[in-house]
Amino acid sequence: MEPADPSRIAKLNADYARAIDDDRLEDWPTFFAESCLYTITSADNHRQGLPAGLMYADSKGMLHDRVAALRKANIYERQTYRHLVGLTAILDEKDSSTITETPFLVVRIMRDGRMDLFATGRYLDALVEEAGALKFRERLVVCDSSRIDTLLAIPL
Amino acid sequence: MSASDPARAWPDAALTRVPYWLYQDEANYRTELRRIFEGPTWSFVCLEADLQHRGDFRTTFVGEMPVLVVRGEDGVIHAFENRCAHRGALISLDDQGTAKHFQCVYHAWTYDLQGNLTGIAFEKGSHGRGGMPPSFSKAAHGPRKLETAILHGLVFASLCPDAPSIEAYLGEEIVGRVARVLRRPIRVLGRFVQALPNNWKLYVENVKDTYHASLLHAFFGTFRITRLTQGGGILVSPDGGHHASYTIDRADDRSSTAYREQGIRSERQDYRLADPSLLDSVDEFGDGIQLQILTVFPGFVLQQIQNCLAVRQVLPKGLDAMELHWTYFGFADDTAEMRTRRLRQLNLVGPAGYVSMEDGCVGGFVSRGAAAAGDEVSVVNMGGDGTESAETRATEASVRGFWKAYRRYMGH
Repeated sequence: MEPADPSRIAKLNADYARAIDDDRLEDWPTFFAESCLYTITSADNHRQGLPAGLMYADSKGMLHDRVAALRKANIYERQTYRHLVGLTAILDEKDSSTITETPFLVVRIMRDGRMDLFATGRYLDALVEEAGALKFRERLVVCDSSRIDTLLAIPL
Repeated sequence: MSASDPARAWPDAALTRVPYWLYQDEANYRTELRRIFEGPTWSFVCLEADLQHRGDFRTTFVGEMPVLVVRGEDGVIHAFENRCAHRGALISLDDQGTAKHFQCVYHAWTYDLQGNLTGIAFEKGSHGRGGMPPSFSKAAHGPRKLETAILHGLVFASLCPDAPSIEAYLGEEIVGRVARVLRRPIRVLGRFVQALPNNWKLYVENVKDTYHASLLHAFFGTFRITRLTQGGGILVSPDGGHHASYTIDRADDRSSTAYREQGIRSERQDYRLADPSLLDSVDEFGDGIQLQILTVFPGFVLQQIQNCLAVRQVLPKGLDAMELHWTYFGFADDTAEMRTRRLRQLNLVGPAGYVSMEDGCVGGFVSRGAAAAGDEVSVVNMGGDGTESAETRATEASVRGFWKAYRRYMGH
């Protein structure tokens, strides 16, 4: 089945990470399907079936709102991420979605030059074909740790 | 540091000037742990909902002291220091679980669910040699036990047997404000830890500071979740240590131009949500209060922002570091619609919260800004110099209240 083509999935993940790391946050919602869910949680919460997220967007509008808030409303020190995205495991095909798991590591670089390993975890994704492109219908970001340093502004 | 050191004294009796060395002095910090966190105060340790069955336990901290909180065989919630009476190792290495007893991994000393020492490995030695002296009393050795109190599903602990009852500690008004929110059985929705690069007091002051909320947080101001021109006010307990601030939406505020006229950044007329379902809230407590932030001295917060509910535990981790332990919750009888509403509104709070993200970094900004200002003072003068409850939030009365209680416990 076409959506499960590993090279297309790899390109989607690479383009997603580059958009965030290059501060093209306005492009970030375009990687999602019209009907979508994006949440960030921890491995502990995920294991226990606790549904709350650090970010929780169950519409594409909410993704746009997150970007607008970061650009116009929220105060945080200038910072960037460097995503290192690992190899994707293709787990299943169901409901016309491809279910995948991809590990990631994010270094946060602060304006004063400080670099820290900010987050590690895995993307649990449901991918769909929409308008000829592969999109995230669901992207559940499961961080290995429940501990966030200072604040989480930019999406993972 | 000592209060008798002239360079380390309060400027005067007033609460309107706070010296910066209070956030920077290591000896003062150690004194805080002893006199405040381990003193006659109450610290939140967990939700009663976390310990539903006998043997259920959680590990947490009171100040820097590791603590085990357990529902015992007797059905009562007990708390004791998570420290083996033998050599001081942690007794439990888990965040939560269910146990019949606890056994230290180091030398297998065993404790019951109330923290009593019940077993010593090789107590009688081996082949008639070694072992503990016959005079050794297990009953006389054990981790320190804490008093526990439950208030509307919140479990508090105190190391001081002479602490007043939790109701007397908080006072009738604050107890009423806790009861207002916690009327039904709780269901936990998630937990997160936020590590903050600042002294614990800077965060507690921030939570008590109603003046900053709509100024620092643009999200609040623009969407009229809370603005100083809205109705509401602040309750400060008689001892100053506890507070509840609240906001009531008022129709006449919708045309208010006070923020625009003062050129305040948080007023942005052009900012609209693409998906306003985030702010779709219901008046679930039936009193029109959109927002209530409540603190219990020294380090507990109960938060209701519309339908977004959470408790926050302030844990000091050294002079310049602290952790904020967030527990997001709803109620056990929430409809699916209400649960979704809460999950959406939780975007407002926590480490990535639209309105609380800034609170994660602003304490660090103060720490860095005042790094060389130990002998200087900050100004806490909005609304005068008192600590009384007020019908406005353009006041720093509850921040002064914090320092009033702080000075009393510390003997400053």
